[in-house]
Amino acid sequence: MNRNDLKRLAGKAETESRSRTAAGALPDAAATEGLLDVAVGGISSPIGDLLVVVTARGLAAIAFEGDEYRDELLARVARQISPRILPSPKGTDPWRRELDEYFAAGRTGFELPVDRRLIHGIASDVLKQTSKIPYGEVSTYGAIAKKIGHPSAARAVGRALGANPIPIVIPCHRVIGASGALTGYAGGIDRKVRLLELEGVLAPT
Amino acid sequence: MAAVGLAAVESEVAVSSTVPPFQDFLEANRATVYRFLTVAVGPADADDCFQETFLSALRAYPRVTRGERLDRWILRIASRKAIDHHRSRARSALPTAEPPERATTTVDPTSDDALWDAVRTLPPRQRVAVVHRHVLDRSYPEIAELMGSTEEAARANVSQGIKKLRELIR
Repeated sequence: MNRNDLKRLAGKAETESRSRTAAGALPDAAATEGLLDVAVGGISSPIGDLLVVVTARGLAAIAFEGDEYRDELLARVARQISPRILPSPKGTDPWRRELDEYFAAGRTGFELPVDRRLIHGIASDVLKQTSKIPYGEVSTYGAIAKKIGHPSAARAVGRALGANPIPIVIPCHRVIGASGALTGYAGGIDRKVRLLELEGVLAPT
Repeated sequence: MAAVGLAAVESEVAVSSTVPPFQDFLEANRATVYRFLTVAVGPADADDCFQETFLSALRAYPRVTRGERLDRWILRIASRKAIDHHRSRARSALPTAEPPERATTTVDPTSDDALWDAVRTLPPRQRVAVVHRHVLDRSYPEIAELMGSTEEAARANVSQGIKKLRELIR
């Protein structure tokens, strides 16, 4: 007998696939034990794959897949909410349904709760005002700045919107420049265009 | 007007944890833990011990000490689970239980079956130490840390285990 015999017992190829299966069973077991604080799930949409982050309180974040921002976002969730983060289709299904309905052009508002624990300070006021902009309408950075009582803070408003952890649901895509220019979007200007087309603000290209 | 200090506000948020998202930690360590458990408790029980190991880790995860090496932390938990698994087995075994199957029948000594039979005869701590040393290639100081023992005890467990395996498998 030599040491390689023992290594062979572990079966390298099999443990890779078996460990993946076992890891896949963990989220449900964790949920049963009350240990799944943050469920993460993927959703496909007309503006690309989305990552949704759902806690017991509600939707805490949406990230555009393929975004470098994704890792940074999950690290923030780990620090500011809980590091008990696991992929869980079950935990994210209710939000998947509402978002699917939104993209299928029927739903004009979201009913499930959101978790605002990733939103702090002035961003909280900015995003609250932003949430009031109805489906199919737009507002401007300056108008939001005025509403939160800092009329000259349009830039800070822009930054708060750029750091919006729950895009689409907190509709930062409905905020544009005073000149009518779309200016920017954390998920890329193309996505902002698609969302405004979906809501009928822009004519489909 | 000066820009309102969003960054300053964010830095005041209480930092509750410095560990990575659990899913990243699981992905980085699952294969090693599974390899360890496959030999340490056997393929039939590896799945159960794997779930128990990572559920224990998940329970304690928000309180992991800053600076802890997570790859070693999870193997410490897995080592404990493997040893507990064998001990609870031994306790629940009936005194009239059959001796290990195939113990007296002739088998091809080079087959995995013979090696598995030999591995099953090892006492839990020897078996776990042997797996750390010869499946995962860990150093003795590290094995001592993983098993909460002295380095001398780790060396003794490995050498006694290997000696016994060599007696059973030629």
